[in-house]
Amino acid sequence: MASLTGFFGSKKGMVTTGLFIGIAAAFLQKLGNPANMGICVACMERDIAGALGFHRAAVVQYIRPEIIGFVLGALIAALAFKEFRARSGSAPMVRFMLGFFAMVGALVFLGCPWRALLRLSGGDGNAIVGLAGLIVGVAIGVAFIKNGYSLGASKKTHTSAGWIMPLVMIGLLVLLLGNTVWGASKALLYAEPDKFAPFFSEKGPGSQHAPLFISLGIALIIGFLAQRTRFCTMGAIRDVILMREMHLMWGVVALVIGAFATNYALGQFNPGFAGQPVAHTAHIWNFGGMALSGLAFALAGGCPGRQLFLSGEGDGDAAVFVMGMIVGAGFAHNFATASSPAGPGLWGPASVIAGLAACLVIGFTMRQKA
Amino acid sequence: MADKLDMRGLSCPQPVFETKKKIEAMGSGTLEVLVDSGTARDNVTRLAENKGWAVSLKEQEGEFVLTLSK
Repeated sequence: MASLTGFFGSKKGMVTTGLFIGIAAAFLQKLGNPANMGICVACMERDIAGALGFHRAAVVQYIRPEIIGFVLGALIAALAFKEFRARSGSAPMVRFMLGFFAMVGALVFLGCPWRALLRLSGGDGNAIVGLAGLIVGVAIGVAFIKNGYSLGASKKTHTSAGWIMPLVMIGLLVLLLGNTVWGASKALLYAEPDKFAPFFSEKGPGSQHAPLFISLGIALIIGFLAQRTRFCTMGAIRDVILMREMHLMWGVVALVIGAFATNYALGQFNPGFAGQPVAHTAHIWNFGGMALSGLAFALAGGCPGRQLFLSGEGDGDAAVFVMGMIVGAGFAHNFATASSPAGPGLWGPASVIAGLAACLVIGFTMRQKA
Repeated sequence: MADKLDMRGLSCPQPVFETKKKIEAMGSGTLEVLVDSGTARDNVTRLAENKGWAVSLKEQEGEFVLTLSK
C-alpha cells in the first residue's frame, strides 16, 4: 500500500501547518512586523525588490528573512526526505509573466492570499472583498484547466540548477546579516553610500520588522512544514472547485482560526473597513486585484508561498515565477500601479485590466489537444 | 492489460485531475499512473483512496508507478 498515513500527508499535518502559520504570523506582528502583515509573500518579496534598489518606494525596502527562510526551510525538508528534484523547462517565460501579473494584482489589493487571510483574521473587512476576487480568479483558472489548459511537462535537469534559488537566498541572507548584525556599513564602502544597495526603510512598513532571527527561525519551520504538507492557499480553493477536495482547505481554515484567536488574545483584532492598516477601501480594485492574482496563481499552479517552497525543492519553473513576482514588484512601484492606503495608484486599474487580458490569452491559447 | 497514464513532469492539479477523469470513466479495473514527484504521488493516492480504489506503489529511480485497482 502507498503510505498516506504519515503525519505530514494527513489532515492533522495540514491543520497543524495552517495553525502554526496563523499563530506565528500574528506573533510576528506583535514582535514588530507591520499590522496584518505578519507574513505576506507578495509584500515581503516587494520589500526585497526595494532593498535591492529595483524600486524607489522608500517606505517598503527591507531584505525580509521570512522569504529566505521559506525557501531554505523547504530545501531542508526536501533534502531530509529525499524529495529534492532539480527540474525545469515548463514554459518558463509564461511563468515569469504570470508571476509578474500576480504581483501587480497583489499590490493593487495590497497583499497576497496569505495576507488576505491575515487581514481577515485581523478584522479588515476589505479582505472579504479581496478573497471574493481571489475565488473568482481561481474559478476562472479552473475553467481553463477543465478545458485542457497546460503549460506542459518539466524535465529533470542538473542538480546544481535546482540549487540556484536556495543559493540566491543564501546570498540575500549574507547581504542581510552583513548589513545588520555583522555591522558592515555602506558608509565604509562607498563615498556616496545613499546611491548604493541595499536600501533599508527608515520609516513605513519596510522599517517595521520582528527580530531577524525570530523571523528567520519561524520561516524555516514554516518552509519545512509546508514542503512536507504541500500547503497552498490557491490550491485549497482550486481543489474545492475542481474536485470537491477539502484537504488543502483545512490548512487555510486552520490558518484563519489560528491567526484570529491569536490576534484576539493579543488585542490585534479591530473589525471594520475604513482605516485598516496598509489597506484601502476601493472595493472594485480590491476585488479586481485579487482576481488577477488568483487567476495568475491558478494558471501557474501555486500561490506565492507554494512557489517559494517548490523553488526550495529544486523546481526551476517555480523559481522563475518568483523572479517574475520580484520584477513585477519593481514595475508596480516604478509605474504607479501599486496601491497605497489612499487608494489605487494612477495606473492600478489599467494594470489589472491589462493583466487579466494577458492571463486570458494565456489560458485560451495554451491548451493541450484533447 | 492495465490502462496507463503518464503524468511525469506535470505539476498538480493535472496528474490528479487526469486520474480522476480516467477512473470515473473506467468505473472499475486497473490503471497504472506514472508520476515523478512526491506531491503528485500523494495527491493521486489520496484521490484514488477517497474514491474507493486500492493503490499500490512501486518506486523506481525517483519515479513512481501507482497501480490503482477496483
